[in-house]
Amino acid sequence: MQLESMYQEIILDHYRNPHGRGLREPYEAEVHHVNPTCGDEVTLRVHLDGDTLADVSYEGMGCSISQASVSAMYDLVIGRRVPEALETGEHFMTLMQSKGDAAVAEKLEDELEDAVAFAGVSKYPARIKCALMSWMALKDASARALSAADTEGRTA
Amino acid sequence: MTETVSRPAAGAHPSSLPLDVEAIRADFPILSRTVRDGKRLVYLDSGATSQKPRSVLDAERDFYETCNAAPHRGAHQLAEEATARYEAARATIAAFIGAPAEEVVFTRNSTEAINLVAYALSNAATAKEPEFRRYAVGQGDEIVVTEMEHHANLVPWQQLCERTGATLRWLGLTDDGRLDLSDLGTVVNERTRLVAVTQQSNILGTINPLEPIVARAREVGALVLVDGAQSVPHQPVDVAALGADFLVFSGHKMLGPTGVGVLWGRYEVLDALPPFLTGGSMIEVVRMEGSTFMPPPQRFEAGVPMTAQVIGLAAAVEYLQRLGMRAVQAHEEALTAYALERLAEVPGVTVIGPPDTVARGGAVSFTVEGIHPHDVGQVLDDLGVEVRVGHHCAWPVVRRYRVPATTRATFYVHTGYDDVDALVDAVRKAQEFFGVAPAEVRA
Repeated sequence: MQLESMYQEIILDHYRNPHGRGLREPYEAEVHHVNPTCGDEVTLRVHLDGDTLADVSYEGMGCSISQASVSAMYDLVIGRRVPEALETGEHFMTLMQSKGDAAVAEKLEDELEDAVAFAGVSKYPARIKCALMSWMALKDASARALSAADTEGRTA
Repeated sequence: MTETVSRPAAGAHPSSLPLDVEAIRADFPILSRTVRDGKRLVYLDSGATSQKPRSVLDAERDFYETCNAAPHRGAHQLAEEATARYEAARATIAAFIGAPAEEVVFTRNSTEAINLVAYALSNAATAKEPEFRRYAVGQGDEIVVTEMEHHANLVPWQQLCERTGATLRWLGLTDDGRLDLSDLGTVVNERTRLVAVTQQSNILGTINPLEPIVARAREVGALVLVDGAQSVPHQPVDVAALGADFLVFSGHKMLGPTGVGVLWGRYEVLDALPPFLTGGSMIEVVRMEGSTFMPPPQRFEAGVPMTAQVIGLAAAVEYLQRLGMRAVQAHEEALTAYALERLAEVPGVTVIGPPDTVARGGAVSFTVEGIHPHDVGQVLDDLGVEVRVGHHCAWPVVRRYRVPATTRATFYVHTGYDDVDALVDAVRKAQEFFGVAPAEVRA
C-alpha cells in the first residue's frame, strides 16, 4: 500500500491527540475557513502580543490531514512573530507543491519540524487543500488581527 | 494497525444479476485499465459521471469523420447531413422519455437546463411581449424546493428569488431519508409558482413519490420541474406518466458525453417562455431595433449546438434501450440490496438514507465510525475502489443528518457483486488501517 507515505505516524498522532485545540480568549481576530469541495471546516482565533502570536486557538472538523495539519501548525507558530510564522507557511506551501520530491522535503525538514511529515500529501492533488486550509486561516486571521491593532493604534 | 483481522468470507451472492456484467464490461474501454499500481478499476462513482461504452465514442468520432458541419445553417450537403443527424438524435432521445421531439431542448447539462427555466421565469417579468409574461415570477410569489435537492436544483431557485423578490420555501426530510410531505398542503399553496423536486436523490438514493406533489401543484396552478439527473439514467421515465411541466437530465450520467443535457418541457409551457440565452439559431427576424424568436425548441438553443455530443447521447440511449431500462433498474436494485446487506455486517458503518430497497435507487451513502470520509476514500482509492466523498453537492442534506460528509458508492450497468465485495473489503481495510475496527470482528 502507498498509504503509509501519506499517513505518517506523526500525522495520525496529531490527528488523535491534537495540540492546542479549543477556542480560547482573548483574541483579536477569528476566522472561519471551509474547503467547499469536501466540507472540511476550521474556526481559528489569533491573539497577538505586539506582532507575536501569543495564542492560536481553533476548532474544526474534517479529515485526518486537515485536522493534523492545524495541530502541527500550532506547534510551529506559537510564540513567533507573524512575519516569521507566515514565512514558515510559505515553506509549507512549497512542500505541498513538491509532488512528492524527497529533496524538497529534506531541505525543509529543520524549518517545518513535524509538518514535514505532510510531504506525502503533495502526491495527492485532491488532498493538498486539506493540508493547506489551516495555514490559509492563520494568514487571514493574522492579517485581520494586525490591521485591527493598527486601527486601534491610530484611533487611540 | 498491523494486526490481522478475521474477515467473514464474502457473502454468497444472492442470485445472478439481471444484466450480463462481463459482456457489458467488455463494451467499456476504460474498465480494462488498472489504477494505483495495477489494481483492477472498481468504478463506483457513476453518480458523479458515468463511463462511456465504445458505441458512444464511435458515434461521436463517426460524426466528425463523415459529416461534421454546423446544423441548421448553410445549404451544403454536409450541413444537411449534420442537421439530419442532429434532429434524428433529438427524436431518439425524446422517444426515450416518451416525449415529442419538439419538446426536447438541448442544454449543456441538468444545471444549465434548470438555470434556463429559472432565468426564463425572471425574464418573463420584464418581457416586452405580452405572451411571454404568463409565467412571470415576482414579489409575493413562492418557489418550492426540497431539502434533498442537489445544489443545481437549489441555488438557481435561491437566485431567482433574489432577483425577483419571490420567496423560497421547502419540504423537509424524515429521519429515514424520505421527503416529509406532512406539510405539503401548506408549503405548496396559491402563491406557489413552481415546485422543483428531484426524482431520485443523488446522496440518499431515495426515489420520491411525485404523484402527490404534482397533484397538489396542479390544484394551485403551479408548474412542476423534476430533476431527473439521477433517475433518467437508472429507471424508466415517461413524461406523460410523470405529469410534470419540466424534466431535466444530463447526458454524461447516462453513458453519454459531457457537455450535453436535456430540458424537456410541455410544449404549451415552453412556448409561453421567453428565451434564456440569445444569439444565432434562436431568432426569427433580426433588425437593429429588435428581434423576434423561433418557436421551441430552437428558441432555447442559441449558437451552434453541441452536435457531436447530442449524437453521442443518442447512441448512449440506444445502448440503454438494448439493455432495457427495466432490467437496468432491476440490476441496480439487486446490487443495492446486496450492498446494504453487506455494509450492515460491518460494525461502525451507518448508511445515510433508506435502509432497504423500497422506493430506492443505487446511491449508497455511508459513514464509518472514527474515520472521516476523505480518509475512507483515500484507503479505498489505494485499493482501486473509486467512490465519491464529501457533501455530494447536497450540503443541506449532510447538515440535516448531522454528518460532516459521507462516502458514496453508486452503481451502473457494468457493476457486479464483485465490485460491491471490493467496496466492503476496502471499508474493512480502512478500519484496520486507522485502527478503529470494532472489537467484535477482531480475531
